[in-house]
Amino acid sequence: MSDTDTTETAAAFEPTIVAFFCNWCTYLAADLAGTSRMKYAPNARIIRVMCSGRVDPQFVFDAFAKGADGVLIGGCHPGDCHYQEGNTKALRRFTLLRRMLTDLGVEEERIRLEWISAAEADRLRDVMNEMADQIRALGPFRLPDGAVAPAAPRREEVPA
Amino acid sequence: MTAKPKVAFYWLASCGGCEEAVVDLAEDLLGVADAVDIVFWPVALDSKRADVEAMEDGEILAAFVNGAVRTDEQEEMVHLLRRKARVMVAFGSCSHMGGIPGLANLWDKEAIFDRVYRTSPTTDNPDGVVPKTEYASNGHRVTLPGFHDTVRALDQVTTVDYVVPGCAPTPNIIAAAVGALLSGDLPPAGTVLAPDVALCSECDRRDTKPDDLTITEFKRPHQIIADEDTCLLAQGLLCLGPATRAGCGALCIGANMPCTGCFGPTSSVRDHGAKAAGAIASLVGADDPEEIERILSTIPDPIGTFYRYGLPHSLLVRKRQPAGATE
Repeated sequence: MSDTDTTETAAAFEPTIVAFFCNWCTYLAADLAGTSRMKYAPNARIIRVMCSGRVDPQFVFDAFAKGADGVLIGGCHPGDCHYQEGNTKALRRFTLLRRMLTDLGVEEERIRLEWISAAEADRLRDVMNEMADQIRALGPFRLPDGAVAPAAPRREEVPA
Repeated sequence: MTAKPKVAFYWLASCGGCEEAVVDLAEDLLGVADAVDIVFWPVALDSKRADVEAMEDGEILAAFVNGAVRTDEQEEMVHLLRRKARVMVAFGSCSHMGGIPGLANLWDKEAIFDRVYRTSPTTDNPDGVVPKTEYASNGHRVTLPGFHDTVRALDQVTTVDYVVPGCAPTPNIIAAAVGALLSGDLPPAGTVLAPDVALCSECDRRDTKPDDLTITEFKRPHQIIADEDTCLLAQGLLCLGPATRAGCGALCIGANMPCTGCFGPTSSVRDHGAKAAGAIASLVGADDPEEIERILSTIPDPIGTFYRYGLPHSLLVRKRQPAGATE
């Protein structure tokens, strides 16, 4: 019984991708892809943030810890950031973050930063499809057995 | 005499520095010894596990436990002390977040045994003998505690009431914690007993930290002679002060060495290393991807830098093992 189950699960594995899209470019590209009735891999759970620079590396670790198989960050092209240089900050953090994740045994394909403008719905579709394919081939991201993350800290004070 | 509250000290996977820190209380230690009855402290007193087992549950006021949990024996002792003590205190970075021993989470038991007992240059072990949990010798059964793949912080094993942070905790922090415990004037359970602000806020050099701080090369302490009055980050040294809890009095910075993060994060941060990495990376003074890569490559070991004291306490806990690996 368990053999059959395992085979079926493996065959049916669909990756869960958490996608942080900036409000001004990549989220609009996703919107455009939708209104243009484009078909693409439905694996991403999109979270809209005001800017890719808002994506704290903690968000990415948290996504993996909570069962994501991949994380995609989408922002405006360099020079086009609504906040001047939020996407550059995202790139700086991402460069270090990717190295840390690799050191922790997370495959590079599971974490991706893409510049996708509001007009590039086709590019969004291609990135989504490609990433879903790559992660499907890698298999599920699995936290090690016995690796139980501690509870969130008790907030000691609430900022004003 | 019998009215004195009982306390216990115990060490798990640790270096002994936390025990030193208790002795570092100097003459204040005499005050502590007057006020409490130290019923269990294997490093200093001849008391045994059986003595603790013989106590009533909750008989001990507080157990101060330092060190991370990596063996079966340590886990058993943690559960025993939790039963006997009304207040469980994680003492020092290792029990708070996993500490330096927690970096072993970049490997697993097999890799560690292989290195330590087989392949390290100073090992002479032609028969490839590695520790076993049980061994029969001349008709005697000998046992050793089991060794875990994953090092854990104290709160990943049992409920922890308070944390005294630091590697090792500083005398002011220990004295304040003991004082609070004895007076009964305690904050809500789960509190880290140190100020909930970043170290920069109590650093003497904070006024020399530029508003638009950028870094074009990360330097290591041995590579430069750092100015003794200027913010270390402004001099290119990777100081974790902006992402680390205050309370130590910026001792390392006083010795012209950057903060390495032993007090852990403030309560608004979930993953110390991720937050610290985010804070430091955004200081990189470049826009071009290759230049960013080059500057960040001057940080030789990001995990060992940003998770120096807290890999087990991070969101990912440890390096991912290949699928099918057993715990």
